[in-house]
Amino acid sequence: MCGIIGVIDKRRQLMDGSKIRESLALMDERGSGEGAGYAAYGIYPEFADAYALHVFFDNVRENKPALVQELEKWGRIVHDEPIPIYEAGIKKVHTPWRFFFKPDVTKAQESHTSADDIVMRLVMNTNSARKGSLIFSSGKNMGVFKASGWPEEVANLYRIQDYKGYLWLAHNRYPTNTSGWWGGAHPFNLLDWSVVHNGEITSYGTNRRYIESYGYDCTMYTDTEVVAYLVDLLVRKHGLSEKLAVKALAPPFWDEIDAMPAKEQELNRALRLTYGPALMNGPFAICVATADTLIGFTDRIKLRPLVTGEHNDRLYISSEEAAIRRIEPEIEDVRMPKAGEPVIGRVIA
Amino acid sequence: MSIGSVPLRFKVEIDPERCMKCGRCVENCSYGVFRKESDNIVVANSRACVACHRCLAFCPRDAIDIYEKPTDYRTHPVWTREVREAVFNQAKTGRIIVAGMGNVLPYPSIFDRLVLDACQVTNPSIDPLREPMELRTYIGKKPAALSVKEKPNGDAELLTKLAPNLKLETPIMIGHMSYGAISLNAQTALAKAVTKMGTFLGTGEGGLHESLYPYQDHMIVQVASGRFGVDINYLERGAAIEIKIGQGAKPGIGGHLPGEKVCADVSCTRMIPEGSDAISPAPHHDIYSIEDLKQLVHSLKEATEWKKPVFVKIAAVHNSAAIAAGIARSGADAVVIDGFRGGTGAAPRVFRDHVGIPVEAAVASVDAKLRKQGVRNEVSIIASGGIRQSADIAKIICLGADAVYIGTSALVAMGCRVCGTCNRGTCAWGIATQRPELTKRLDPETNAVQVANLIHAWTDEIAELMGAAGINSIESLRGNRDRLRGYMLDEGLLNVLDVKTVGA
Repeated sequence: MCGIIGVIDKRRQLMDGSKIRESLALMDERGSGEGAGYAAYGIYPEFADAYALHVFFDNVRENKPALVQELEKWGRIVHDEPIPIYEAGIKKVHTPWRFFFKPDVTKAQESHTSADDIVMRLVMNTNSARKGSLIFSSGKNMGVFKASGWPEEVANLYRIQDYKGYLWLAHNRYPTNTSGWWGGAHPFNLLDWSVVHNGEITSYGTNRRYIESYGYDCTMYTDTEVVAYLVDLLVRKHGLSEKLAVKALAPPFWDEIDAMPAKEQELNRALRLTYGPALMNGPFAICVATADTLIGFTDRIKLRPLVTGEHNDRLYISSEEAAIRRIEPEIEDVRMPKAGEPVIGRVIA
Repeated sequence: MSIGSVPLRFKVEIDPERCMKCGRCVENCSYGVFRKESDNIVVANSRACVACHRCLAFCPRDAIDIYEKPTDYRTHPVWTREVREAVFNQAKTGRIIVAGMGNVLPYPSIFDRLVLDACQVTNPSIDPLREPMELRTYIGKKPAALSVKEKPNGDAELLTKLAPNLKLETPIMIGHMSYGAISLNAQTALAKAVTKMGTFLGTGEGGLHESLYPYQDHMIVQVASGRFGVDINYLERGAAIEIKIGQGAKPGIGGHLPGEKVCADVSCTRMIPEGSDAISPAPHHDIYSIEDLKQLVHSLKEATEWKKPVFVKIAAVHNSAAIAAGIARSGADAVVIDGFRGGTGAAPRVFRDHVGIPVEAAVASVDAKLRKQGVRNEVSIIASGGIRQSADIAKIICLGADAVYIGTSALVAMGCRVCGTCNRGTCAWGIATQRPELTKRLDPETNAVQVANLIHAWTDEIAELMGAAGINSIESLRGNRDRLRGYMLDEGLLNVLDVKTVGA
């Protein structure tokens, strides 16, 4: 189960969260009231250069000073404040907070460490070692908002309609592997990467061991987490294009590869040999977003639904056509991508 | 002799009502248990019986019974029959006891205390009859990352050059059993089977017999401490080269093929004089450090123009993980971990039964160490020594192996009854012998079919297990400890295996 929806405006025209909220609520059948979340890009133009760290504190007074101290060790906090929340019928388990943070690369031990590397390490260290603090969103000019609850409740909690972004992801959760908790709700995020996922990743054990050997720590108790890290590794660190990264994560079958022309065959074989441990198995439909791209793809035999639609400058990717039509009733170009076929939308302006 | 004889191990009986006196038991028993006396068949020497069951298999009337003889010794929980007989024998001979086949001590099997996962409801199991199921495995070095140049028109150019890999259509290979240890007919049957199934067979350290050249693309040639049969021609013929440092059945020692097994053909293939003992020393006399190993790996690669993967085989021992990490850095393309249940033609019993560790624990710790050091991708892991069934293969892949070598089970598929007397060279099934009258009993054609059938059946079973776990490509099973649970395993071992307990 689980319902996913993503939309990107290729000219960075902003959309407020009201339509996304409605669209996700339409898929209530796909959830169980135990988790929902939204990711929006372009929401913090006044702090566009800083990393927006969204944090769940179990206890602000106890947990915040330690995190602040840690952040100041690695850079400068430009601004911080509680993420505004409103009465929404959800029991408040954590206090969501946001820091706008600028890392200082001169403080890193090695000269080639980038600002991204510093933030990634901070996220990993905090989430694995600092009980009571969970950084669940760490990109620039973007943010994830999630909690345990129904889509409309979570939207009301954060008043999602008040945010304006050019790229949105949303997820309605029906948890089966782990209990519903705030950190376990989607989207999962690392740096600019955000992921929503419908399904289960049966290769999680392999993927987790693979990604952990590159310094990523899996702390969310759920399979989706690895997707964000895998994409970060393949695209940001190894320099593959999003299209090739999807080919590594959901590659063609050997029979298909064997039938390809020699050059293509060589490339696809090399991808499978090199990135075999990153290959994802099991039923899944996944949307991955980054600052300028929205990617959707399913597992290699399409055990979960995925529908795409294009209208004017906007690309929609969702579990259900109805969810897309809720946002854009006039949409005509609706498609069902083939198993494993990546659907990619990019900003052009 | 003050000790006298030890009691019979097996009692052989012929049911006179059923026996038709055809004499097939007399012809088939290579141990001289039966004798024809005038018109009758008699059990002349039950004491010689090893329970190889050749006579049973060929008796047309099911007239023969063999049973393990009970009692005889005063029962004792510590001084078992085996222990006491070993003392008697050594008191008589003053020599090391040599035995064949694998470890016979009843150590609890880790495999049997691991259970696999299956999907229910939330993720669908995959039906291997209707959906593609990929068991293809590539053995060899892989790069940590790919470099690809992508052009605006969508074309992509691969800049990374991949090292040569072996392409296996199933993760099941057959391990190294030399011509000498087993008969040429047996080796031929195995070679035909792996060729048919798209996989590989190890030559062992016996060289490569000319008649196997047609199968050389599916053979892995071995370079052991004796260097028997090794020349450039041999190296160039193999699809891959394996350096044998150790073997699971006898870690830390070399090998010994008795002179009586070195017939003209074996002497030719091994490149040693006929009738001479073929002794492989415990160490390679040019390898006394990891640096030396590295030099040999590089020399072999250089000699074969860097066209072939080079494997290094070690016995599973306490420090396997650190050793394997060193091997990974030596430039080797694969490390073979041979567990203490591995078989052999002949080994000192004390080694076979008491030295080494189970392959399950060794593979788990090797995989973990290589990952920790960030070199897991640079080397493949082949597990061998104690693989008895398809479930063992699925489990060891979950623990981190890329592929397995089977040995004993391939022999069993050819008729071997695991009687444990391979060392004597009188194998009644024509497998572990060079006697022409025995080797001719084994028909390479029919036996190749049986071995191929076994690999086929196990491959299908692995596909079914993968489908049940919702996995359609073997890459996603490899190292996937989440698909395993330990049943009645202690916490320490669960930690080594990095596997959760059942119910967790």
